Amino acid sequence: MSPAEITQYSGGGVIGVSWLMIALPLAGAAILLLGGRRTDRWGHLLGVAMSLASFVVAVLTFVALLGRDPAQRRLDIALFDFIPAGSLDVKMGLLIDPLSISFALLITGVGTLIHIYSIGYMSHDSDRRRFFSYLNLFVAAMLLLVLADNYVGLYIGWEGVGLASYLLIGFWQFKPSAAVAAKKAFIINRVGDVGLAIGIFTLFATFGTVGFKPIFENVGGASAGVMTAVGLLLLLGAVGKSAQLPLQAWLLDAMEGPTPVSALIHAATMVTAGVYLITRSSPIFEAAPTAQLVVTIVGAATLLFGAIIGCAKDDIKKGLAGSTMSQIGYMFLAAGLGGAVGYVAAIAHLLTHGFFKAGLFLGAGSVMHAMNDEVDMRRYGGLRKIMPITFGTFMLGYLAIIGIPPFAGWFTKDSIIEAAVQKHWILGAAAILGAALTAFYMSRMVFMTFFGEKRWEPDTHPHESPANMTGPMILLAIGSVFGGAFLVLGDRFMTFLAPVIGAPGPEYHGFQPLAPPGIITFVLVLAGIGIAWTMYGKRPVPVVAPRGSFATVAARRDLFGDALNEALFMRPGQWLTRVSVWFDNRGVDGLVNGLAATIGGTSGRLRRVQTGFARSYAMFVFVGAVLVTGALLLVGTL
Amino acid sequence: MTTHYLVLSALLFTIGGIGVLVRRNAIVVFMSVELMLNSCNLAFVAFSRMHGNLDGQLMAFFVMVVAAAEVVVGLAIIVTIFRTRRSASVDDANLLKY
Repeated sequence: MSPAEITQYSGGGVIGVSWLMIALPLAGAAILLLGGRRTDRWGHLLGVAMSLASFVVAVLTFVALLGRDPAQRRLDIALFDFIPAGSLDVKMGLLIDPLSISFALLITGVGTLIHIYSIGYMSHDSDRRRFFSYLNLFVAAMLLLVLADNYVGLYIGWEGVGLASYLLIGFWQFKPSAAVAAKKAFIINRVGDVGLAIGIFTLFATFGTVGFKPIFENVGGASAGVMTAVGLLLLLGAVGKSAQLPLQAWLLDAMEGPTPVSALIHAATMVTAGVYLITRSSPIFEAAPTAQLVVTIVGAATLLFGAIIGCAKDDIKKGLAGSTMSQIGYMFLAAGLGGAVGYVAAIAHLLTHGFFKAGLFLGAGSVMHAMNDEVDMRRYGGLRKIMPITFGTFMLGYLAIIGIPPFAGWFTKDSIIEAAVQKHWILGAAAILGAALTAFYMSRMVFMTFFGEKRWEPDTHPHESPANMTGPMILLAIGSVFGGAFLVLGDRFMTFLAPVIGAPGPEYHGFQPLAPPGIITFVLVLAGIGIAWTMYGKRPVPVVAPRGSFATVAARRDLFGDALNEALFMRPGQWLTRVSVWFDNRGVDGLVNGLAATIGGTSGRLRRVQTGFARSYAMFVFVGAVLVTGALLLVGTL
Repeated sequence: MTTHYLVLSALLFTIGGIGVLVRRNAIVVFMSVELMLNSCNLAFVAFSRMHGNLDGQLMAFFVMVVAAAEVVVGLAIIVTIFRTRRSASVDDANLLKY
């Protein structure tokens, strides 16, 4: 079955006012930002209410969509004429279809839970209201990103989430490390955004429009070369936003932001925007096999890259950040495989990842909250008895991410591994190896944090977090347990997404957990857990990190990603700047200043003539008069 | 006939010019300037007589008016400078310089 057609929706009902999903959090952000300190007392409640209201609208829209015939589930809601400028006529509208509503539910659902969690987590921060205004801004921008029915709207949302990410990473901007991390994230994202912008320009130049519907309907009319170029440019944008190779360096530093931000923006939603972009642009990528191949290579490389980094980090949040890179690598790999199977596997893993990774981050935040904001896992240990709820929810997320049946990650990651193996054995091997590494580094994290002896700093008194923090963690843990089975069993999610990306071909035989790749993966996962147990469970963990092998040191330094960027871009850029400054100071300024100095010096000497003696002036007048008279006489005689 | 007047005029102008250049006393310099102006007047009147019209005489009156005004202003300045600095030497009044 090919994808269903996008139809114009003009009816009323909840779908007609689905723009409220974006407007409500945006209004919340505006009120809290403009209201200033006056709104401090109830700002966090308004933030939660707006996010919750948005979630309610999303659920009602979802229900309304389910009530329609599957072929009628791609609805375009026209809002207003955004840029009427000659041949560039951007009409702003929303595209409500199974794909966008899946994202909207994830963003508003997980977003609301993290809003609630933040009430407790940020309760000691005097700027809590500002934090909530940024969170609301993020939710609004992210919803615009996934709901817009054209690339310009998507781009506005894309930049909006980038802004919110920047503001929230640098939320504690008085810490130099946070300020630098925010700038780093913003600048690296800029590199990707340039690619996305040029991709959109190319689409406009080729099709004369930026709307999804007219572009996707006419993809066949464009040359393969243009489609490949557009695909690669969109991929560059996706790579920047999703922290994939080679624009991965910002995500680990982005952990400087408050933990709820890491959970919502840098794990569950924003960093998955690249996967959304590729899936939404599936007609373009299906017409550009080269671009698809590059997507799979990027995904496979990043999933190993992130996993290796995760194995060596002692900072619990950076370990989880490496894991996020790795899991998004899986999604890229699946999205690059293409076809209904690949896209569904990517989006399904994205949704379950949204649950378990957000849950893991909130768990990490809960531990940090209890341990005086200590992030070094070597200073944890034995927290299982003191924080039972955090331990329980973290364990459920842990079982989900390493892919233990029947938890959520097992279903969705196994689908990706199966699809990768069928494409090419190298991709399959990378995915399976990544799963084993995931098992190792996540087990290491669990053993170091919750098991073993106590290695706390002397004045630490850990305690379980309050209910408004544990509540969201419990709900996310429930999603981590049942989400995968709900989506994958009976091809439920595949059927739901079929109107957007089409149904799979006859060679697809459904989810096959007992196929050889699944068995191999499972064995390797158990091996990963075993190795982690012998290294960090059985043996005591040293408080000071041992020097480690070359591989460990490399992984601790993010596999030299920063060093590479520094050598390739930062240093040459610095030299270029220095040469430019030198040329500006010596060349341009030298010319201007030299001219001024010459004139100044000459006049400095000339003014010595003004001696102040009236008789010498009179002498000059006489000499002048004589000269003029002599000249006149001379001219007269000629 | 006119030549004699013009020679006298040139002599007076030269005497006045040398007086302006070599004398230090502001009053004497001033008188020398007057001498130069009046030598010009003499030349104007001589030319007027020679050409048989009144243009030169008219110009001599203008010069006299300007000279009278100049004397008023100039003497006032000299007296003021003398009062503050107890000196009428033009070389002493040399504050306005580079």
